[in-house]
Amino acid sequence: MQNYASEDRYIKELDPKKHEIALSTEDLHVFYGTSEAIHGVSLPFERFKITALIGASGSGKSTYLRSLNRMNDNIEGTRVDGKIMYRDIDINGKGVNVYEMRKHIGMVFQRPNPFSKSIYDNITFAPKRNGIKNKKVLDELVETTLKQAALWDQVKDQLDQSALALSGGQQQRLCIARAIAMKPDILLLDEPASALDPISTSTVEDTLLSLKDHYTIIIVTHNMQQAGRISDYTAFFHLGNVLEYDITSNVFQRPKIQATEDYVSGRFG
Amino acid sequence: MDSKKWDKIATGVLYFIAGVMILILAFLLIFILWNGLPHVSWHFLTSPAKSFQSGGGIGIQLFNSFYLLILSMLISIPISIGAGIYLSEYAKKNWLTNLVRTSIDILSSLPSIVVGLFGFLVFSISAGLGFSILSGALALTVFNLPLLTRNVEESLRSISGSQREAGLALGLSKWETVLKIIIPEALPGIITGMILGAGRVFGEAAALIYTAGQSAPPLDFTNWNPFYIASPLNPLRPAETLAVHIWKINSEGIMPDASQVSAGASAVLIIAVLIFNFGARYVGNHIYRKMTGTK
Ligand SMILES: Nc1ncnc2c1ncn2[C@@H]1O[C@H](COP(=O)(O)OP(=O)(O)O)[C@@H](O)[C@H]1O
Ligand SMILES: [Mg+2]
Repeated sequence: MQNYASEDRYIKELDPKKHEIALSTEDLHVFYGTSEAIHGVSLPFERFKITALIGASGSGKSTYLRSLNRMNDNIEGTRVDGKIMYRDIDINGKGVNVYEMRKHIGMVFQRPNPFSKSIYDNITFAPKRNGIKNKKVLDELVETTLKQAALWDQVKDQLDQSALALSGGQQQRLCIARAIAMKPDILLLDEPASALDPISTSTVEDTLLSLKDHYTIIIVTHNMQQAGRISDYTAFFHLGNVLEYDITSNVFQRPKIQATEDYVSGRFG
Repeated sequence: MDSKKWDKIATGVLYFIAGVMILILAFLLIFILWNGLPHVSWHFLTSPAKSFQSGGGIGIQLFNSFYLLILSMLISIPISIGAGIYLSEYAKKNWLTNLVRTSIDILSSLPSIVVGLFGFLVFSISAGLGFSILSGALALTVFNLPLLTRNVEESLRSISGSQREAGLALGLSKWETVLKIIIPEALPGIITGMILGAGRVFGEAAALIYTAGQSAPPLDFTNWNPFYIASPLNPLRPAETLAVHIWKINSEGIMPDASQVSAGASAVLIIAVLIFNFGARYVGNHIYRKMTGTK
């Protein structure tokens, strides 16, 4: 891989008066033990938009995404420096209730990871733990979230069956439904379609596009067509830095940085 | 020779070894059951043993075995679950955790007679429990706990980390995730291990000879007050178990029908252990199917 000067960057500024910012990071550094995986990333994420994080594998996309809802807390020896601003609160600060925060910032993982419970229980499990007991409310929640995840028609007659019997694509959409059942503000997705076949992939993409009206979505993908199809903004990661951040059409059609151009035109990655 | 041929030879050898093992097992089972079953009757299973005359049964020993088993499982199941959860979910990777794990492994490989002598010194003598059910149950706990703990730990560990992440990402606390997601998923493995452990305990003799003792005083099955000396539930009475009984008859039995009693008792013991083993498989599979909805 060619070396690019990391000073050579373009990070588009979003005017807070015109764009409502749902989440942003300021000079975020992530360390695994002593090795630094993210070298100071500052990015804004506009509300009700889809932002794609692209870049070669190992460039730090997952590391960055996982620090946004502090999933890296659970890996021994990781440290995250810098600010993560959410509703004027630095959620990377001390004294933040991480569990409460994660109810606002949900996550969907690369490999579908439904619980080995029924479809119904997968969705209602966390809401129930949060005190929703009314059966009617729960039923409704299951129906609306499954509809939003474009899964309702396929599973409405088998809600009490095990989620593990679903296909990979269906499982992933169930995981999306499960995440939005917590009514989060922000949905983080780490290559949600990479383990799926093309048809399931396009269903998941359609699902995300339809969710955009109600959720701020940040999605990691190394599939550039996918980023181009669904995202409004794109950030290009390279060796732990963001070298370019702009509206998606600019990143793909008129990249301002050489490294970005080489990457999106398939010269490395 | 090509690799295909080698493959065939290796498979053949493996089949042969497996066949030999099955034959040995089958021979043992048939031998024990053939010799023992003719002596097993309802009377044999329910009446007390006799020291000098023939016609004694194994009723009290059988009861003692089950009572001891239940007591020791009551002690070891909660401890092993707690320790297993700690080791798998909470223990940091450091020298102390490694030391604990190594100790558990060493403990689990101690010969049971050593555990028995340890129990004798600590529970029977130092703690003053004498030859008693309680002393025996504690010795069995020492004998069984390491394996149970390891089993719980391994069962929890075999659940993918992505399940833990799924729970945490929904805003559940770590404890909630472990309790409500990880443990239920690991349950088939945990329960299978517990039942196998129960079978192991049921057939154990060496650890009990000097702890639960070698005598089976008559029991009064009409008085279940645990503080009454002849009560079946009294945990401080000596209690010879079935396995110990077999050992004792064969080393110093002087009743005229010693060999028949021994054969009958062995058959009963083997059947009980078989039930534990098949039960473990059945229950484990059943729970797994029930939880995952697979057929
Ligand atoms: N748990 C971890 N421990 C140590 N290093 C890690 C860990 N996870 C990722 N890394 C390292 O951090 C860098 C970024 O990885 P990652 O965020 O997974 O990249 P991407 O998602 O873009 O493929 C890589 O060099 C990777 O080896
Ligand atoms: Mg990744």
